[in-house]
Amino acid sequence: MLHTFVAYVEDLPGVLTRVASLFRRLNINISSLTVGRSERPGLSRLTLVCESSAEAGHRVRASLFKLENVVDVDDIAQAPSVTRELALIKVAASPRNRAQIFDLVEVFRARIVDLTSESLMIEMTGVESKIEGLIEVLREDEGRILEICRSGKMTMRRGHHISSVLKAMGAGPDEKSEAENQPEALEAGAATEPE
Amino acid sequence: MGTNANTQASNAHLTTPTRLTGAEILWATLVGEGVTDVFGYPGGAILPAYDALRKFPIHHVLVRHEQGAAHMADGYARASGKVGVAIATSGPGATNLITGIATAMLDSIPIVCITGNVSSKVLGTDAFQEVDITGITLPVTKHNFLVHRTEDIAPALRHAFQIATSGRPGPVLVDITKDAQQGTAIFDFEAAKPRAYRPHPMLHVEESGLAHAAELIRNAKRPVILAGHGVIESGAMEQVRTLAERAQIPVALTLLGLGCFPASHALNMGMMGMHGEAWVNHAIQEADLLIACGMRFDDRVTGSTSTYALKAKKIHIEIDPAEINKNIKVDVALVGDLRAVLEDLLPRIPGRDGSAWLKTIDASKGAVSVRDIKNLPDSGHLYAAHVMHDLWRITSGDAIVATDVGQHQMWEAQYFHHEKPRTLITSGGLGTMGFALPAAIGAKVACPDREVWVIAGDGGFQMTASELATIVQEKIKINIAIINNGYLGMVRQWQEFFYERNYEATPLVSPDFVKLADAHGIQGRAVRTRTELAEAVSVARSAPGAFLLNFLVEKEDSVYPMIPAGNALHEMIRRPGKNPLVESPDDK
Repeated sequence: MLHTFVAYVEDLPGVLTRVASLFRRLNINISSLTVGRSERPGLSRLTLVCESSAEAGHRVRASLFKLENVVDVDDIAQAPSVTRELALIKVAASPRNRAQIFDLVEVFRARIVDLTSESLMIEMTGVESKIEGLIEVLREDEGRILEICRSGKMTMRRGHHISSVLKAMGAGPDEKSEAENQPEALEAGAATEPE
Repeated sequence: MGTNANTQASNAHLTTPTRLTGAEILWATLVGEGVTDVFGYPGGAILPAYDALRKFPIHHVLVRHEQGAAHMADGYARASGKVGVAIATSGPGATNLITGIATAMLDSIPIVCITGNVSSKVLGTDAFQEVDITGITLPVTKHNFLVHRTEDIAPALRHAFQIATSGRPGPVLVDITKDAQQGTAIFDFEAAKPRAYRPHPMLHVEESGLAHAAELIRNAKRPVILAGHGVIESGAMEQVRTLAERAQIPVALTLLGLGCFPASHALNMGMMGMHGEAWVNHAIQEADLLIACGMRFDDRVTGSTSTYALKAKKIHIEIDPAEINKNIKVDVALVGDLRAVLEDLLPRIPGRDGSAWLKTIDASKGAVSVRDIKNLPDSGHLYAAHVMHDLWRITSGDAIVATDVGQHQMWEAQYFHHEKPRTLITSGGLGTMGFALPAAIGAKVACPDREVWVIAGDGGFQMTASELATIVQEKIKINIAIINNGYLGMVRQWQEFFYERNYEATPLVSPDFVKLADAHGIQGRAVRTRTELAEAVSVARSAPGAFLLNFLVEKEDSVYPMIPAGNALHEMIRRPGKNPLVESPDDK
């Protein structure tokens, strides 16, 4: 099954190698990995998706915790969460057939972010299946897709969720104004496709 | 050794922030962490550190190969419970440490390895003796550091000591560039203290888990305690003993657990697993409850996992959550420090009558132990088991024994009965040949008043025999017993059992070990018959310096019982019933 882990790691050289090396050692292929800054200074947040047996989740999480630079690990498993991926797709398009692509972009709620006389670039955010859908339609015209760049998945739990680790560390993003953070509860009821 | 004046000078650094060179900070931090001895080998990239060594009260043992330094640090840690420290230069010095680091990793031993590296300006340029040692050691260390700024040396080293000893212990490597050693910075020992170890949400013992465990123990008819290395690392010897005695539960030990429960105790069944006695493994297979304490269900103790202890519920008390359900699925996992968990569990365990189960186990010993080699009439012929048995008897079992890997290691585990923790030093997880001699040196440096024996095979001994010179230079009194059968014995045994006696690459020509010792200025003696054994051991023990005994034992003897790899735990090759051992014609 697919496992999704969200981890906070120290923003230091070599930390990604340690994470990647662990999965190599466990003989588990990483199918998607995104890393970026988090709400906490000095900590990066990563979303890692991998294919492994159902029982592997516990061991992978425990093994990630054994890495000294890993501060917190959440095994998203079946928890209610939002997952998104960003894709940039460059397609061949002349002034004559642009209009057809503009329609597609409209249907898929994507955006055109670059336009030249021979090609244009589509930016699209969404769940994996939606991006796959757009790519599939674009592929119907052979040779149209010039480049695809996909970010990999980013996942966040729905609802008000702070792990015991981050709580114990304190000094969160708005530690002093936790009362003001209550509106987050509203999001729990939000639609699956807020766009 | 530093002089007293130097001691005071260096201790002053610990209380008052002072500007020091990186090299001085390195040693001052080690002094602050309580280090008194290090094992190392100098070279270009670590020379600034060596230049500053004389100012500090730290004794440096010069090894003959960096692998020896890592094993010595390891033996030091296993014998004393303190952190062992190894030092090497960049490049080949650093790579030579790796076997020793991996050995410590697999057995969860707290060591800190310090390596020099080329200057930060040339890092990554393939400079002379440059190697990416933090990259290379990544999977065999608990953590490692690359330090290229002088001010980072003290915090990195202090953090390394914290990591090495926290939770499940393990090796940490700190790689320090030459320019970081040469630069200066304000040394503030207190300020360099690492923050409290990060919280770990997977380390928790739930009330319901304790209650469930206690209920399983109360209701069990055929319980067995499996005691491992974690008992020693956690210092839970008393708690395990209390549990066993109060609930009358027999105890089986892993190889690294030997000594954590007294061998002479009525409830001690002995070692489990591949070369454990038949009744121990049968008891595990028949058990209705296994209480695993600080052990990890290694393949050498379970045999085939699909047939392992199928009738038993399993309680796993373990500090590393990654070990839970890794090899064997358990019913109750209590994830935490063994000693603390047992302290919480014990009040829930009432006294219990276990006599019926204990009688069953006792009855299953019967015939097997009679056939055992030590019960055979003395034919004068020398077997390795004799050596182990007599060494145990003559030393009253009080010695620290460092063993290598192979047949002699298993015979030692079977016939040398360890009463106390930290008296057996052996490479269990990685199975590193060449471990015994340097590990024994480390143990002796840690415990200079203890009697220390090396027991090694003729194969493994030659892997690190160069450390004989270290013994002489350091004037270290250890005794060496080489179990010399002219073969790589355990491999030969596998060839005999599983490869139709095709003895490919196992017959082994060795130097005359007594002459080799003599060339180093170490006394020695060859022993060929059992009648000479006791006197030779006495001579070795009373000799003022190190002493080597070359025991020429039966060549094609095998370790019994044996569970072939992948077989069920009860499917073992038993000791041959009749004429159990081949007698050679020159026996009296």
